[in-house]
Formats: sequence, C-alpha cells, structure tokens
Amino acid sequence: MELLAFGDTGWGDELFYATLMTIAVAITAMIIGFFFAIIFTPLKLSKNKFLNLIANSYTTVIRGVPELLVIYLFFFGGSAAIMFVASIFGYGEYIEINAFMTGAFSIGIISGAYSTEVFRGAIQSIDKGQFEAANVLGLSKFGKFFKIILPQTLRLALPNLSNVWQITLKDTSLISVTGLVEIMRQSYVAAGSTRDPLFFYSFAAVLYLLLTFLSMKLINRLEAKYSRGY
Amino acid sequence: MDFELMISSFPKLLNAAMITLKLLSISLIIGLFIGLLFAILRLNKNVFVNKFAYGYSYLFRGTPLLVQIFIIYFGLGQIEYLRSTFLWVVLKEPYWCAIIAFALNTGAYTSEILRSAFQTIKPGIIEAGKSLGVSSKIIFYKIQIPIAIRQSLPAYGNEIILMMKGTSLASTVTLMDLTGVAKYIISTTFRPVEVFIVAGGIYLFMTFVIHNLIKFLEKKYSFNS
Repeated sequence: MELLAFGDTGWGDELFYATLMTIAVAITAMIIGFFFAIIFTPLKLSKNKFLNLIANSYTTVIRGVPELLVIYLFFFGGSAAIMFVASIFGYGEYIEINAFMTGAFSIGIISGAYSTEVFRGAIQSIDKGQFEAANVLGLSKFGKFFKIILPQTLRLALPNLSNVWQITLKDTSLISVTGLVEIMRQSYVAAGSTRDPLFFYSFAAVLYLLLTFLSMKLINRLEAKYSRGY
Repeated sequence: MDFELMISSFPKLLNAAMITLKLLSISLIIGLFIGLLFAILRLNKNVFVNKFAYGYSYLFRGTPLLVQIFIIYFGLGQIEYLRSTFLWVVLKEPYWCAIIAFALNTGAYTSEILRSAFQTIKPGIIEAGKSLGVSSKIIFYKIQIPIAIRQSLPAYGNEIILMMKGTSLASTVTLMDLTGVAKYIISTTFRPVEVFIVAGGIYLFMTFVIHNLIKFLEKKYSFNS
C-alpha cells in the first residue's frame, strides 16, 4: 500500500494524474472521432460513387489495420508531415508535435472510423416515413435534420457509441509507446523503478476497470434520457 | 515516395506476417476452447459458477489487452514460486506469454458470443428434440451446438479480425511480428508512410481473406441450403 502513497514516497499522485491524462486523451480522441464521423457519414450515405469510395476506404483501412501501426504512422510521420508543410511556407526548423496531440489524433482517427459506421447504421435504420412526414410538414432541410433525424439517430446510436467509447478508452493504453504519461506509461515507469511490475500492472488493470465501469453507469443514464417516450 | 524501400521491405514484412498468422491461429484455437467452456459455465444455474464465468469475461473485456500482456509477461515472472515450477519454461518465453494473453482475451469475447448464441436458440427446437425422445447429450451436440455455431459466425468473424489486430501488441514484448518488423524498418529508415502502406496492405489482405472465409462459412451453414 505504501507504494501508492501520495507525495514523494509513493506513486499515488503520479498514477492519479496519469489517470486524468488517460481520461483527457480518451475524451479528446472521441471528440476528434466525432468530427471525422460528421465528415464521413454523409459521404457514406451519399449517392455519389466517388464520395462513397473515399468514405469506405477510410473506414475499411482504419478498421482493418492494427491500432499500433496507425499510431506508429503518426508518431514517426506526424512531425515530418508538419515540417514538410512548414517548409513550403519557408520554415526550415525542426518541429516537434507534442505526444498528447499525436496520441489523441491517432486514436481519434481510429475512433472516428467506428463512429462513422455507427452513425451510418443509425441513420439508415430510421424509418423512411419519418423523412416523408418531415417533408409533408414542410420543414426546411435544416429543421428536418435537427428536429427529426438527429434526435432519433442519437437514441439509436447511443448503445453502439458506448461500445466505441469503451474501445477508445482501452486504445489509449497503446499511446504509451509514444511516451505520453498516461496510466500504462506511468505503471511502466513505476514498475521499472520499484521492480514490482505485478503490483503496478494489476493496479493499472483496476484503474481501467474502474473507468469502464463508471463510464458504463454514466452512459446508461444518457440512454435512459434519450429513450424517453419509448 | 521511396518505391525501392517498399519493394525491398516487402519480403521481410511478408515473413513477419507469418509470425502474426501463427500467433493468431494458435491463440484462436485455445481461445475457442476457453470460450466454449466459459459460455457453458455462464449458462449454468449455479450462481457461484455463473458469477465466476461472468467475472472472467468482465475482467478481460474491461481492461486493455496491453495490460494483460504486461501482467503475464512482466508480472508473473516476479512470483518466486512460479519460477520453480514447470510453468516457468512457458512463462519466460515472450512468445508463449503473448499467446496466453491473446487466448485468454479472445476466450472472454468468444464466451460472450457463444453465450448469446446459445440463448437465442428457440426453446421450441430443444423441446422438439426432447419430444422425439432424443437424449439431452445428443440434443446438445447435434442440435444446440450446430445452431449456435451458425448464429455466432458473423460476430466471431469480427472477433477474428479484432484478434488479428490485437496480435500487433506482441511487438511490445520484443516479438518481431508484422507490426514489430514494420516499426523496426520505420525507426531505421524514417519512412513511415511507405512502410505503413506495405504493412497495412498485408494486414488488409489478411482481413479481406478472413472476411470472405467467414462469409463462405455463413453461406454453407445457413438454414436454407
């Protein structure tokens, strides 16, 4: 237990901040993922074959390639890509992007591919009559989407989005390879310096279980909220 | 684009893909047995047995695979007692540690898939078997299992693909699988995009083959044929 003490003698405070970091990365990645989903879901549902192809290659490639490989691509390629863009504008210095942004962005791209599939499924399973009814009522395109389609999409998508959240949360453990100090990285450091890997990795497992358990409770509440009237 | 590097690294990556496939197939076979065992335990009416099986699946589905590998590879070696048993022969090898972690992980997901497949079998089908005087053992092997296999095929196909991606974590415990070799080439040549295209292409090809294999099996075992 003294290993977990707060302050200089134990790893309690370090692990606490690492847990906050994991949560921060997971939430940022999920939001970045939503942005990707907002872009790619309409492309997936569009009637244009070319736009379909773009969206399908995004989701197929990301869901068919290991997360770790995607992370390595951005970890090693991220700063090179930004330096390339900067060199076009005449900036030749070395640029390093911080580990948080690399991690959140690569996990975000992965999470976005799953979210896109979830939103596509949800919109497709909305009854056709709903679209027709909105047309008959003379709602504008804007009103149709925000008042009729979106609320129903959210209800249908929530259970699957909660799965995406669980996947994203667990994927954040992989960005420890980039050196970002989240739960896994901190446990690795602590295990190395105390020579007690069994304790620290088991404690990391407990922290992840706690996070998945708490987020489940929260999501169940949200689901109840969006299922009012059903 | 450095096409020369892409061509020269292709055979190395292809070789490494064999290790990925080996890790995948061994863990899937062991995982299937674990999954079947725990699915049956989950359907047991004994509360204690039931809770134990649920706890197992909750534990392995609620934590990242990376933590599981690290606990088995770095953690278990710390227990003095284990070092003196025959288990140490297995546990000191990163290869077997990775396989144990993968098998336990996929076993947990498989048990959930199989459990829900068993639960969706209509009671009428089992009752029909009983009323024909078929013994409950034969009902289980000849009726419940074939239907459960058919029901769980699509979900199990997804699990195979997820597990294939999961094997990439073997590279974190020094194994040179497809991702491990890709990382090595990237860190020596600083050409992430080229290597990603080749390695990613191999992964996508494997995903494609697995996907179509499952589709073929689904057709073969569908009720209409």
